[in-house]
Formats: sequence, structure tokens, C-alpha cells
Amino acid sequence: MTALVEIKGLMIEGRSDETWSPIIKGVNLTLNKGEVLGLIGESGAGKSTLGLAAMGFCRDGVRISGGSVMFDGIDLLNASAAVKRSLLGKRIAYVAQSAAASFNPAHKIIDQHTEAPVQHGVMSRADSIKDGIELYRRLRLPNPDEIGFRYPHQVSGGQLQRAMTAMAMSCRPDLIIFDEPTTALDVTTQIEVLAAIRDIVAQFDTAAIYITHDLAVVAQMADRIKVLLKGDEVEEADTRTMLSAPKQDYTKSLWAVRSFERPTKPAVPAGAVPVVSVRGVTAAYGKAVVLHDVSFDIHAGRTVAVVGESGSGKSTTARCITGLLPPKSGTIAFDGVTLPADYRKRTKDQLRQAQMIYQMADTALNPRLRIGDIIGRPVQFYSGLTGAKRRERVDELLDQIELDPRQYFNRLPSELSGGQKQRIGIARALAAEPKFIICDEVTSALDQLVAEGILRLLARLQDTLNLSYMFITHDLATVKAIADEVVVMKDGHVVEQGPKAEMFSPPHHPYTDLLLSSVPEMDPDWLTNLLSERGLDNIGDAAVDKM
Amino acid sequence: MSVWLWIILTLIVIGAVGWAFRAVGRAIRPGPFFRDMPFGVAYGYALAVALLLGGVWLWTLPNAIFFRWAVEGFFGFSIAAYLFRLLGRSVGTAWTRKMFRAMPLTAAFGLMVILIYAVLAIFAGVIAPHGQSEIFPLANVVPGGDPAMGGNPDFPLGTDQIGRDILSRLIYGAQNTVGIAFATTLIAFFLGGSLGFLAATLGGWLDQLLSRMVDVLMAIPSLIFALLLMTIASVWAGGEKGLLTLYMVLIIAVIDSTRVFRLARAVGQNIVVMDYIEAAKLRGEGLGYLVFREILPNATAPLLAEFGLRFCFVFLTIASLSFLGVGIQPPLADWGTMVRDLAQFINFAAFAPMVASAPLLAAGSIALLTVAVNFVVDWMLHRSSGLKE
Repeated sequence: MTALVEIKGLMIEGRSDETWSPIIKGVNLTLNKGEVLGLIGESGAGKSTLGLAAMGFCRDGVRISGGSVMFDGIDLLNASAAVKRSLLGKRIAYVAQSAAASFNPAHKIIDQHTEAPVQHGVMSRADSIKDGIELYRRLRLPNPDEIGFRYPHQVSGGQLQRAMTAMAMSCRPDLIIFDEPTTALDVTTQIEVLAAIRDIVAQFDTAAIYITHDLAVVAQMADRIKVLLKGDEVEEADTRTMLSAPKQDYTKSLWAVRSFERPTKPAVPAGAVPVVSVRGVTAAYGKAVVLHDVSFDIHAGRTVAVVGESGSGKSTTARCITGLLPPKSGTIAFDGVTLPADYRKRTKDQLRQAQMIYQMADTALNPRLRIGDIIGRPVQFYSGLTGAKRRERVDELLDQIELDPRQYFNRLPSELSGGQKQRIGIARALAAEPKFIICDEVTSALDQLVAEGILRLLARLQDTLNLSYMFITHDLATVKAIADEVVVMKDGHVVEQGPKAEMFSPPHHPYTDLLLSSVPEMDPDWLTNLLSERGLDNIGDAAVDKM
Repeated sequence: MSVWLWIILTLIVIGAVGWAFRAVGRAIRPGPFFRDMPFGVAYGYALAVALLLGGVWLWTLPNAIFFRWAVEGFFGFSIAAYLFRLLGRSVGTAWTRKMFRAMPLTAAFGLMVILIYAVLAIFAGVIAPHGQSEIFPLANVVPGGDPAMGGNPDFPLGTDQIGRDILSRLIYGAQNTVGIAFATTLIAFFLGGSLGFLAATLGGWLDQLLSRMVDVLMAIPSLIFALLLMTIASVWAGGEKGLLTLYMVLIIAVIDSTRVFRLARAVGQNIVVMDYIEAAKLRGEGLGYLVFREILPNATAPLLAEFGLRFCFVFLTIASLSFLGVGIQPPLADWGTMVRDLAQFINFAAFAPMVASAPLLAAGSIALLTVAVNFVVDWMLHRSSGLKE
């Protein structure tokens, strides 16, 4: 049996600053009919570039400089535009990371669905609509008969991602490339999409390349796994072998990331005044009430993780604490002193005490200021240091976040990697010498290895500076790693709260249970077991709706 | 009817040539270039060649004197810009040399023209052969300096209807028109930019108030509005010509600042929602720091582009007002006024091109500067990475 896709010695170069530098350095890849290959690696490893190259396509500013890509005996790199047009969409399909950004908002979903089959002459429009509804049913979308006739914005993210998978399936392609299809989704939604993708790929015996940076996800989906590092292949093996016995050090380090966990701290002495105390906070955007009577305490030197899906009110709670959104009722107290609700009415010292680290380091750092100024400004603003003294303090802060001051002082944010930017964000918060830091999804945009580095740094800073953290996250692995106490939120309510050990051991509140069981595990049978446990018919939406 | 037939026939012939070109290319050079070439692109190549041939043919016609000037000007300026860039690469500090090395030809051209204009404007008194209001007994001398054609070597670009040297007035015009336009644009940007950022940062009723005021100002056609205000201002100013010019600068600046306000507010609103602004607000930073250190540096690219355009518009507004008689007052030389004064000569274009070129000299000066400024702004935009990222 000949391979469906055969890539040999593929070299790809990217253009930056007038020179071509290699992105993919001679990778080989073979994919048989009906097989699913998982591609994993950090961002910048060339996963997406390789995935697109398997379609004979490369993005602007990127060129294929060597090697060959054969698809079912057709040389894609030398094929004419006409030949490629007849393949793409019909025999090779692509599912992008963000379905919300990839659907055209001006057309109904079904109209976009029927485009490829009608263009390629596979089906008539009427047949394609019928087929689309059938696919929606198989992907277990709610109301399959009418969901296609909505516009993309009228459908939730997880449903849209499934609709996109259905669209890729519309011509029954031989190969689908999934580029991080679940990365932007909540864990509870992710399950549905993963199960749907896995089923439909198996049903139609489609070959797939599944690109992701999440090991646990790839373990559920792939028959074989290929690990990439900086454009080079590290190793490749079938899923079970790869998980149980990785050969290379790099792969082992990827596997080991999830083992970071802090020791449990002794209980807070009774009667201690919490650093931050949130009491009965109810908040609303206009008339829509998004927080209902939220209360919790954060003690000195402790980390409280606030978990929940998107829209559960985690970030709104943070906005109430910082004073950006004055609550309708309830109070925020700092060291036992009630703070004014609006940040504009707080004193400079009160503002200094509570700092914030943001999810997207890209938008959290002014792209036009140099690192020295980004960190130096709060130093100068709060402590009045200028000139050489300010410089000294900035150097000290850069040392604390493990970046070399001489090298980074004069750089712009765009000259740093994602993890380094996040470290600068931490340094800026530290510059104010706060007692309390709100970490809003600080690791969710980072690769696992980098994220682990950030978590370790935060843990170390907490120990040396006796900081309190409020850690907003939807990733339970992060919670396990860093939290002392956990607050679970859903629809603006606190569902459950308590010390970490209690939260991770049964009995749980049903929602906590759903959240916990939805976190993918490294076991390749996890998804299968979970689905049979929950009962195949009521996964996802149904399970959530019952709460 | 036959004209249409000719056009259709020509297009069909070009199409055939394009098709043949692609077919020959495929036969001679295998490879993706010709193989994947759509017919539209092949047609485009053929059309371009046809237009080029048409241009050459037009060039040889004796009557197409303006076309010939345009082509000669194009190549002349290209060569000059190339030489200017070469010069910039070999002299100056390391920084300027590096800048010139990375500079496209269009930017070199723009920079060169702006430099020439600046020199002319600053040293107008030294360079100009005559005074701007000096009247000679020889009126309506034809440009070109050829006595056989009605010219005079003493006045290479001729004289106007009351006998003032056009060359001298063009040079002084650079001083008056460009200087005033630059000052006006600066005021418009200061006014519109700071109010726009203020509205974006503070929002609320101040934003509403300012925005609605701007809406009202923008609802009135700008040239007519300016004309109206200038009429009032000329009464206030009485006979004071300097005062009238000042009023004009302020009036145009206010009217144009509405456009700048809109842009600054829109750009500012996109910036104030960023997390780093939130971080600065939570730090307790004041308004001044927010606007000048956090917002302004991130808004330079679009504002710079707008500056280039706005400068040209202001320039044209002043020229239009002068053309209508309420702008820069005689005897001060101004390009707009010069176009107006000599406008009727354009009627001679068909049979006496040299006579008709008199009003075009001032108009050409305006056009050249406009193009040059925009080339430079495009390049600065690209450099300040607004388009690179």
C-alpha cells in the first residue's frame, strides 16, 4: 500500500529582515490512508508551516526551498495551479485554529459549507445542504436541521469549530489538516469537539494531520506522534510507545512538564487578617448582572486559583478588585481596610499594593516603550527614584525575573519572545513592590515548557517576597501546580471553594466534577473511557445543561 | 461608430497577442511561471506593451508638447533622484548614509524636492532675480525666453499681465504658500490631535460634546465655510493684510482640525482599550502621561500619514482661497493667486503651448510638492513599522 502523503527532505525558509532563514530543516513525513498523525511542538517549531506544506501551500513571506511533497502520487510542489485547485477543498481540507475568525461573518454557515462541493462539482447545492445537515447530526450539533442556516456569530465557539469540521468533510476528502482546532476552547467544550472529530475521521476513514501543542489532546487523537523542535524532527513513534517510552531528552522534558507541583502549605492561623477580602460582591455590565454575591479571602503568601469556563465571571471579579468595575453591592477590603469601589478614588499607595499581570503580554506592554522604561516607570512613579538609582532598581528587577539587564534593558517588546514578554509583565508588577498580584490567565498563551518556567518563577517570587496571588485560569493543570486554595466559578456564582487538596478529591460539586473530568489526561484511552462513562449521547452540552 | 469598432478591434488584437505570448512562453520555458499564468495576466502584459508603444508614438508627434514635458520630467526627476540618493549614500554621517541606503527611489525624489523647495523658500530674497512685487513695463512675456516666440531672455519664465517676473514670484510663492500651509497644518494637528486623544481617553460627556461640535463643523462644506468666515474676517481685519493672513491660518486650521480630531479619536480609542493603558491607569498615572507617553507613540504612524495628506489639502485650500481672492493678499506672491491671474491663458493650449504653460507653472509647483510630500510620508510610515508589522 502506498502512502497517501509522502514528504521527503522538506526545507522551508521564511523571510525576515531581508534575509531567508530556515523554518523547516529537512523533515520527512509519511501518512497512510485513514491514519491520524499528531504533530506536536512549541510555537515556532514549524508545526503549522509543515501542515500547510502538506497541502502544497505556504504563507506569504515563506518559500519551499527543497524536498518534495507527494499526495497520492501527485507532486504537489510542481503541480500546476489548476491541478492544485482541483485537489484543495475536494481531496485535501483544512480546519483552522479559530473557526470564529475563519468563517466569513457575512454568509450563513450552510452557504459556506456548500461552496466547495458545488465548486468542485461533487454535489448539487440541494444535495450538499442535505449532506451538511447529516454531517451536523453526526457531529452531534444541537438542532442540526436549522443550525446551518444561522450566521457564524449566532453560534458558540465549540459549535462553530464542529461546523468547520463538517465543512472540511463536505467533499469527503482523503486528508484533513487540523491546525490546533481546540486550543481556543474551554475544557468542557473541547471534549465535544475532540470526540466529534475523532468519530467522523474514523467513520469516513479519512487521513488526518493533527497539529497541537497539547500532549494530552494528541494522545487521544493520533495513531502516531511526531515531535518537532525548531524545524527539526525530534522523534516519531506510535502513540502508545511515544507516551510510555519517549527516547529523546526533549520529548521527556515535554512529558515531565505536568509534574510540577508545590508542596502543601500549613493552614492559615485562625484570626489572621486576609490580604484581600472579597465580601458579597455583585456586579453588572449595564443591566446584565454577571457576578452574584461572590465572597472569598486571600491570605498573605497564598495563591488562590479562580477557575471556570469563559464567561463564568473570573475576569470580572478581578476587575472589581482592581476597581475598574465598581461593584453594585459588596465590598473589597485590603488588609482589613475597605477600599473605595472606584480605582480613581483610591490612594496611590492602595493602588501600589495590588498589581496585575495580563494574559496577553503583547497587549499588556506598550510596543513603543523600551523595556527599561516599561519597568522603570512604576519604579519612578511609586518610589521617586530617577537616573542611576532607577537604573539600578530596574537591573535588580530584571535579575529577579532571570533576564540579563545588559541585554534586555534597551530592547523593545517586539524583540522578545512570548515567555520573555510575560516575564517583563511580572517585573512591571514587582516594580511597584506590591503585596498582592492578580494573574489573569498568565500562562494560557504560552507553550507548556515556557509556561512551566513562568509558574516556577511566580512560585519562587512568592516564597521570597511573601506575595499573595489571585490566579485566574481555566487550566486545571496550572491550578494543581500552583494553587493553595481553589474557587470554582460558574455563571457568576462561586460554586465551590476550599483548599486544593479538598477540591481535587471527591466528593465534588457536580460542576467541579465535570470540570475536573474534562481535563485531558495522557492516557490514550482516556477519551474513550470518559465518553462511555458519561454515556455517548449526552456528552457536552447535555451534561452542562443538567447542572 | 467607427471609433468603437476600432477600440473593440484593438482590444481583441491585444488579447490575441497576450494569448500567443503565453503559448510561446509555455513552449519555450517550462516551469510554473508561464504554466500557471492566468489569461488575465497575459492580457495585462500585452496591454502594458501596447500602452508603452502608444506612448512612444505620442512622443514623436510634434503637437504633444505637454506629453513630452511630462515624460522628460519623469525621466529627468528619476535620474536626479537616483543621483541624489547616490550622493546621500556617499556623504554625511554613518546614520544618514545608512538611511539613504535603505531608501526607495520615490522617497529620495520626495526628499530632494522638499529640500529644493525649502532652500528656495528660505533664500528666496537671494535667489530670486527680481522682487515679488516689482513691475516691469513688459507685460505678458511668453515663458521660454525665446524672442522669436515672444519671450525675453531676461524673464526666462515670462511675466504676468502687469509685468511682474513669474520666476521670482514662483520663488517667493514657495516662501509664502508653503510656509503658511506648514504652520496651518501644525496648528490643525495640535488642536485636533490633542482634543481627539482627550476625547478618546476621557470619553463620556466631554467626548460627546467635542464629537458633536466636530460633526456640526464637518456638516458645512469646508471651502464654502472657509470662504464665509474669511469674508467676515476681512471686515474685522480692515486693511491689515498681515492680520488677515493670521485669521486665514486660524480658520483653515480649525476647519481642518475636525478631520484630525476624528482620526486621532478613532486611533486613540483603539489604543485606550489595550491592557498597557489599563495597567497605567491602575498605577494612578495622570492624563498627560497617558496621552503623551502611552497613546501618542502608538498613534504616530496613522497621524504621520494624515499629516502628509492634510498638508496637501491645506495647501490646496489656501491656493483655492487665494484663487477666489480672499486668501493671501496681493502683492504677496502666492501660487494659488498666480494660477488665477494667468488662468485665461489656458485657452491657448491647442495652438500656443508656450503661452498656455504660464498658469501651469504655479499649478505644477503645487502638484510637485504634493507628490513629493506624500512619497516621503509613505516611506516614513513604512520605516516607523506601521506597515511592516
